Amino acid sequence: MNDRSNKYINPYLGGFLLGLLLLVTFFITGRGLGASGATKSTVVTAVDAVSHSHATKSAYYSKFISDDQHPMNTWLTFEVLGILAGAFLSGALAGRLRFKTEHSPKITSKTRLLAAAGGGILFGFGSQLGRGCTSGAALSGMATLSTAGFVTMLAIFGTGFIVAYFFRKLWI
Amino acid sequence: MGPLIPQEIIDPQWNSVIALLIGMAFGYILESSGFSSSRKLAGVFYGYDFVVLKVFFTAAITAALGLYYFDYAGWIDGNLLYINPTYLTGALVGGVVMGIGFVLGGFCPGTSTCAAAIGKIDGWVFWGGMLVGVFIFSEFFPLLQEVYTSNALGPIRVYESLGINASTFIMILIVVALAAFYVASMIQKKIRPKRVEF
Repeated sequence: MNDRSNKYINPYLGGFLLGLLLLVTFFITGRGLGASGATKSTVVTAVDAVSHSHATKSAYYSKFISDDQHPMNTWLTFEVLGILAGAFLSGALAGRLRFKTEHSPKITSKTRLLAAAGGGILFGFGSQLGRGCTSGAALSGMATLSTAGFVTMLAIFGTGFIVAYFFRKLWI
Repeated sequence: MGPLIPQEIIDPQWNSVIALLIGMAFGYILESSGFSSSRKLAGVFYGYDFVVLKVFFTAAITAALGLYYFDYAGWIDGNLLYINPTYLTGALVGGVVMGIGFVLGGFCPGTSTCAAAIGKIDGWVFWGGMLVGVFIFSEFFPLLQEVYTSNALGPIRVYESLGINASTFIMILIVVALAAFYVASMIQKKIRPKRVEF
């Protein structure tokens, strides 16, 4: 392992800080953290802009459209903009800012990007069906000891371990 | 005392500013822990890097224990917290789809955002993929509605589902986490010679 990776903080310290942040978030807002909600807001906004009648007639989009608030004006959209800024700051301070496609030396950038696109499609779809992703459903759910949180966490990571064999060429 | 915004101790108009600040801290912690690297994240599934397990489990225990204590001490009203409702089928099927997406794409929504922020093209592509996935789900929602809403159990807690009390469950969770950390360190020692560089 080269020294560049040592610039990452200790994972247990990172986890402890993340736990404290989650606690503070609940203390202030009464809710946890999230991420996939911003993808939903983005899609709802885009579809609504292209065809307002399609969006309001749809059983799903219409849940997130109201007359008095823009569909992009959600807590999670602002939070995700914050994630972008915070991660940029951390990457800048650690000297990790550069345009690149990170992949195993055994695969090409093109393969990596196709896999990333496919993984994104599945994650986007799954996060709607599961009412949240690793942050909103699993982690925040586990913090409040909700059954949904633990079921989602076990389903995500359990499936990951089961299917890892089939995708090993992408990573090792 | 807490939660502050639902009780309007902090004016809800500050919501967006607070969301931005909390998001910044979230992104900073994730990126500095190494969550902007898909190869580090995927390592948990192949035993060469357990950063996901360590960060995720430590955070869950810290927050769960903290919330439990805050509630016990009367610093937060547990009844005002949002408990995500359990829709068993949706959570299971959605979780399975997300699990496959995680191993294939190497990211989840939050971590791909961090990767995109520091210039990872694969992070942006994953984000684009998510938008497509959400769009597909939304367009086919009428067909998926039954899976989405079936087995609705409401905002139940995991210790109720298991028939034990909350403090016992938290104890078990901590023991399981410590055992997982120990096993992970053993596996990582074995795999270390083959470890990849990032």
